[in-house]
Amino acid sequence: MNDSAGLMNVFVVCFAAAFTGNILLTTFLGMCSFLAVSREVKTAMGLGMAVVFVMTCTTVLNWMLYWWVLVPLHIEFYRFILFIIVIAAFVQFVEMVVERYSPPLYYALGIFLPLITVNCAILGTSLFMVIREYRFGETVGYGFGSGLGWMLAIVAMAGMRQKMAVDRIPKGLQGPGITLIAAGLMALGFVGFTGVLQAR
Amino acid sequence: MSAAPGKQTASSVTMDALWSNNPIFRQILGICSTLAVTNLVLNTVVMCVALTLVTALSSLTVSLLRAATPRSIRMMVETLIMAFYVIIVDLALAAYWPEMRRNLGPFVGLIITNCILMGRAEAFAISNPPVLSFVDGFMSGVGYSFILLAIAVVREATGMGSILGHPLPFFGGPYWDKWIIMVMPPGAFFTLAVFIWVFRALSAEKEAKRP
Repeated sequence: MNDSAGLMNVFVVCFAAAFTGNILLTTFLGMCSFLAVSREVKTAMGLGMAVVFVMTCTTVLNWMLYWWVLVPLHIEFYRFILFIIVIAAFVQFVEMVVERYSPPLYYALGIFLPLITVNCAILGTSLFMVIREYRFGETVGYGFGSGLGWMLAIVAMAGMRQKMAVDRIPKGLQGPGITLIAAGLMALGFVGFTGVLQAR
Repeated sequence: MSAAPGKQTASSVTMDALWSNNPIFRQILGICSTLAVTNLVLNTVVMCVALTLVTALSSLTVSLLRAATPRSIRMMVETLIMAFYVIIVDLALAAYWPEMRRNLGPFVGLIITNCILMGRAEAFAISNPPVLSFVDGFMSGVGYSFILLAIAVVREATGMGSILGHPLPFFGGPYWDKWIIMVMPPGAFFTLAVFIWVFRALSAEKEAKRP
């Protein structure tokens, strides 16, 4: 396979992860923080950026550890523990580095970083990457695309919720109910991307 | 609603977990890892059984080890305990039901990050005796499962016209245009939203009646 085809494939995987297979809207991963943190566009943006960064890095790290350590040793079933530890350790590490070298960024992102450890979307991306047997380049594209898709969804939702805050909504639907319906409508929109580009 | 703190019995814990403090309706927690498989009833059953077992057993273990766990690393210990049980479930599925494992894909592994597990461990098991923690974990799992099963039944019936793969009398017949959207992701959002709406409307009414 030549280089340009490889690059094309990376792009396809990345686009598919962000739109047609949006991790939040098609597999519901990361719903908890999605519902909790989507009240304001600014905080949603902060969390989104942290997710993009952590997701890209941990997916790549996990790819390397899985294919270069676990598979040769035939202990693939330890991947759950390994992935969780890598994610937790990486988040902790990033938190320390950011705190040390860039206090402003720490205050902007700091509160979101611990939240990310328990974000199912991060672990989910790593598990999907294993199941779909992505190569290295595709893994980079997939991790980045998934993060980007999650960020798009949460920022768009925060924008919608700011507008909805003043609407009259039936009592039982207020809060999570209406948010889920809005997310469903958004998911419908994203389903429309299916067929534009389909990753394997 | 719940019994006075310190005086919790198995039945008060059960009632709390099943209805008045149901993880899905009250807290909207833990839908992440399971909602995606609710398009078919069979997948949902397997996921729910796995989740209930893992929640109950990890609550039990966390509670047994609670005196020996240092406070500062308890989250890590809890996560490892959960991962341990999830690996058991995953290996059991791989050995006895490989096709189901393929259908569920990454979602079995994602039980680890299910908020309910961590929620029960942190809120209950870490400060309560083992048997009560087991009951609490088990019942939280059941309370969670019955809602997801209801969602799955609605989605499979309206979307595919069947339950567990068997065609239904009306929905499977020619008079019902299958709502394909219901088995696609947006359907799960809409069904869950309607369920939450109904539950909240009902419980708001009940609370209003109480003096």
